Amino acid sequence: MTGAVAQALWSHWRRSPLQLFTLLAGLILATALWSGVQAVNSEARASYDAAAATLGEGQFDQITPRQGSEIAQDSYIALRRAGWQVAPVIEGRWNGFRLIGLDPLTAPASLSSVQPEEGFDFADYLREGPLSVNAESASRFAELTDRPLRIVADLAPDTVIADIGVAQALLRAEGMLTRLIVSPSQPLNLPELDEIAPELQLDPAAASADVGRLTDSFHLNLTAFGFLSFAVGIFIVHGAIGLAFEQRRAMIRTLRATGVPLARLTLMMAAELLLFALLGGAIGVLCGYGIAALLLPDVAATLEGLYGAQVAGTLQFRASWWLSGFAICIGGTALASSGALWRLSRVSVIETGRAQAWRALSGKTSVVQGAVAAILLLAALIFANFGHGLIAGFSLLGCLLLGAALLLPLMLSAVLGLAQRVSRSALLQWFWADTRQQLPGLSLALMALLLAMAANVGVSTMVSSFRLTFIGFLDQRLFSELYVRADDAEQAQALQDFLSPRARDVLPIVEEEWEVAGLPTELFGAQIGPSYIENWGFLDASDNPWEETARGEAVLINEQLARRAGLWVGDEVLLSEGVTLRIAGVFGDYGNPIGQSVVSYSLFEQLAPDAMPTNFGIRSDAPEALTRALINDFGLRETQIVDQASIKALSLDIFERTFTVTGALNVLTLAVAGFAILMSLLTLAAMRVPQLAPAWALGLTRAKLGQLELVRALILAALTALFALPLGLALAWVLLAIVNVEAFGWRLPMYLFPADYARLGLFATAAALIAASWPALKLSRLPPADLLKVFSNER
Amino acid sequence: MSVRFLIFAQLLPVAAFAQGFAGLGTDAEGFSVPQRGKVFDFPADHGPHPSYRIEWWYITANMMGPDGTEYGLQWTLFRSAMAPEEGEGWSSPQLWLGHAALTTPEQHFTSERFARGGVGQAGVTEAPFEAWIDDWQMIGPDFGDVTLKASGPDFAYEVQLTAQGPLIFHGEAGYSVKSAEGQASYYYSQPFYALEGVIETGAGQVPVTGNAWLDREWSSQPLSDNQSGWDWFSLSFESGAKMMGFLLRQTDGSAYTSATWIEPDGTTTAFEDGVFQGEPLELTEIGPRKVPTTWRVKLPEKGVDVTVEAINPNAWMPLSVPYWEGPVRVTGSHEGRGYLEMTGYD
Repeated sequence: MTGAVAQALWSHWRRSPLQLFTLLAGLILATALWSGVQAVNSEARASYDAAAATLGEGQFDQITPRQGSEIAQDSYIALRRAGWQVAPVIEGRWNGFRLIGLDPLTAPASLSSVQPEEGFDFADYLREGPLSVNAESASRFAELTDRPLRIVADLAPDTVIADIGVAQALLRAEGMLTRLIVSPSQPLNLPELDEIAPELQLDPAAASADVGRLTDSFHLNLTAFGFLSFAVGIFIVHGAIGLAFEQRRAMIRTLRATGVPLARLTLMMAAELLLFALLGGAIGVLCGYGIAALLLPDVAATLEGLYGAQVAGTLQFRASWWLSGFAICIGGTALASSGALWRLSRVSVIETGRAQAWRALSGKTSVVQGAVAAILLLAALIFANFGHGLIAGFSLLGCLLLGAALLLPLMLSAVLGLAQRVSRSALLQWFWADTRQQLPGLSLALMALLLAMAANVGVSTMVSSFRLTFIGFLDQRLFSELYVRADDAEQAQALQDFLSPRARDVLPIVEEEWEVAGLPTELFGAQIGPSYIENWGFLDASDNPWEETARGEAVLINEQLARRAGLWVGDEVLLSEGVTLRIAGVFGDYGNPIGQSVVSYSLFEQLAPDAMPTNFGIRSDAPEALTRALINDFGLRETQIVDQASIKALSLDIFERTFTVTGALNVLTLAVAGFAILMSLLTLAAMRVPQLAPAWALGLTRAKLGQLELVRALILAALTALFALPLGLALAWVLLAIVNVEAFGWRLPMYLFPADYARLGLFATAAALIAASWPALKLSRLPPADLLKVFSNER
Repeated sequence: MSVRFLIFAQLLPVAAFAQGFAGLGTDAEGFSVPQRGKVFDFPADHGPHPSYRIEWWYITANMMGPDGTEYGLQWTLFRSAMAPEEGEGWSSPQLWLGHAALTTPEQHFTSERFARGGVGQAGVTEAPFEAWIDDWQMIGPDFGDVTLKASGPDFAYEVQLTAQGPLIFHGEAGYSVKSAEGQASYYYSQPFYALEGVIETGAGQVPVTGNAWLDREWSSQPLSDNQSGWDWFSLSFESGAKMMGFLLRQTDGSAYTSATWIEPDGTTTAFEDGVFQGEPLELTEIGPRKVPTTWRVKLPEKGVDVTVEAINPNAWMPLSVPYWEGPVRVTGSHEGRGYLEMTGYD
């Protein structure tokens, strides 16, 4: 019997290969997007871990030079001889690789790069001076050097580790170091760093860029997108399974009537779905690999540009993807099919196999659906008001999107019902009623469209708001035409003398590490003048922030510091013993992970008398001529001068790269939604013949019916788009005002871009129209005999 | 002292990197080998001998605070050569290792330092005498008058050592045989240092006085394969006499022993295998291991039959080469104090 039932079940798919394709395509898309994004994330994380373990970044305090980039080896020895437990590091570019020299004897034992493998012989290591690379780098390495290579599996990409002496020789920097790793364990009575090596400074591990923490938000962003795509895919699967079950209703009834037990039938249909899930999952993981391989170079570029994090541009296939890919695919299928299987188990043998039955059951479930939507939206409201942390932010997003999606069919149904009531002509009334009747079949595809559009609106609003704010911020901050850096205090003085008759204004940029309200902060001294007053803007400020600050009575702080310390305009902060200042303004400071405070230049000189300005911003009406003069007449090196345009271009370039990935995913989700609509309409088309036949018999031509199909698709898409707009804006608000604050510490102002939304709405309706045109064309060419059959055949 | 020297020669490469580096080969190829009849040349021989595989400057001291509390300290600088030569800068094959400890009746503090030769982080110069690794140093105008300094995360000490007697040469005029197969080292001591200084723990600073014992040893030969560890004693009796003795435990349960008797004026008598005897009386459980911290020690030819008892039985050195080392009290036929070192119990 099992064989016969299996054959009967399979015959359905043989008869409607398109449905099988839709089901598999949905599964593949869902799995591929999800596992692709997961692959990108896990690859990037693996790279950070390797980098952190290789270099101890974020794990250990570091000692770096106050100026320049070099530490004399003598200073290292002096520190060791004073008791400082520090390990020397030299780092530089060598043949396109990042070459790092370490002393394995003093380096912290937890650094993976100094863990010797089985059978390692230190005598050989010292004698031969091998270079350690990972296997991927080794393949590109052979012709660069005749030194022996050691393959170290978990080394960061494009990184070469060598003994410190070997690295100094390769970099032609004998006797030079670039930084020192400070051991967490130091002896008693350790002298101050300043007493031994005043030219060096201590960077606490927490303050040096913690790559993992900074990039977390970026990955959460990606994960959210992956999940959204998965949800869209599962909607498609749900739709396909629902329709397939619906269409096999008659067959199921027949099978039951011939004596197939319900339990076996249910089990076999579940097994059938499991088979599809395994097949779809396998293809999906492979496609996911493809997506990840395409996205990874962009992600790698983004992460390196934005956070300086090194990520391998190539992908390794990890066993965990297969597992998670299959798990999510089978779980998703189970989720999508549970309703259909449940309905199947309740179908009675004597009930007719009409598709209409689905409509009736859906009517009951719509109440449940509405209740669930209400609960989800309520939860979103609670998260928005009382949640803390990124997890709460993303939970809020999830509840909001899912709640709105569930609400969509109910809203559409209400709107259509209203239209039906106000319509006068019979044709119009029939049109609205028929559209409404189609909703259950289309609602999943429409939900997918809603989510894709909302995500599009939300993310593009966030990106564009960010972009606008960021450009404004760059204009505000980088108002000087030129930036120059002097080698030392002496050259700085000469530079100032040289510039004062030639430039409109010379603004020293002095900075000192400071502690404000218990938080590490960069303290800046600003020579307040028209340049600042005209260019800088504030998020919030007193009446005369610059005047108060110039008088030394007030301080300006960045938003990160304000939010973290719970300070705002009007509050007072202690800057040092006896110096308590009122906060006159809070300014936006995008892309900077730590706090900043600005005081007047004269106050800064009192607070930090040792800090000498070596960096200057120069206002000039003829920056190019001045650059030439600085190089030819004053003798500055070209590398000491940066013009404003190139700084801005660099910053914007970094910024643009950040969102290429998001843009690509955006397009992808919209395409998936369009596909869902096409598939839903195609599968519905065959089922709708009995409903259209009476209208045709009453005189509507097939061409008119086809046109009406198109109009219907247009109206539904337009209504969905209308509904997606507020949802998208809500999404943008959550991203800007909640997720951003939690992830970065700054809140971005939200700008609206009506033209963009209109264009997006147009795209969405166009996608729906294109998706509907093929079914409509099929309808208009439907042989009249098929329509007639409806009346002669009870089906 | 000689035995730990040779074990160290075997263990140091493992010790220094602690992560599975292979040990040295058992041959002494390329390295100089100690010969009978060497004429010592000072101050040059206070300095390093880079053509030998292994060398150390090893100080232990018994001290007392103003309230009569007993303390012990250890300061050791090891040199281990990967090749029998000196080299320029980072390419030097000479490696240095420092161990320091401070022992109170209740607590035992330890610390360890590593350094490459050739860059100035560690080394020894003979005149003026200075031996150092990082901030740890043994520095003096000369070998008989030095300041000794070390610190760890939870302890520090700085003491002045002044020699009150001559250098002592073990074995045959400083040629000390370590096994029946003939492995040997150069080995001399300064057991007559008077000590004065300050020690510091988390509880604060304590002024101390006492006496210290320095061992100098270098060789290139590792222990025999059948030797599993050693127990080494340096004892100072109230009579003014001193005794160095060690048991070299063999895998078959027997022991190779050796001893030097030192009269208050520095006159020495060396004793061959079997004369010096030691027998564990009490074991202390330290982590997963049992270590004998009370001993019965005999040197019948000098009428010595004493009980040697650890002042702090938990003086375990949990370093890259783990071992036990701490101050001891001596009772029985002779009264006094001293130091005990035991390896091969981990």
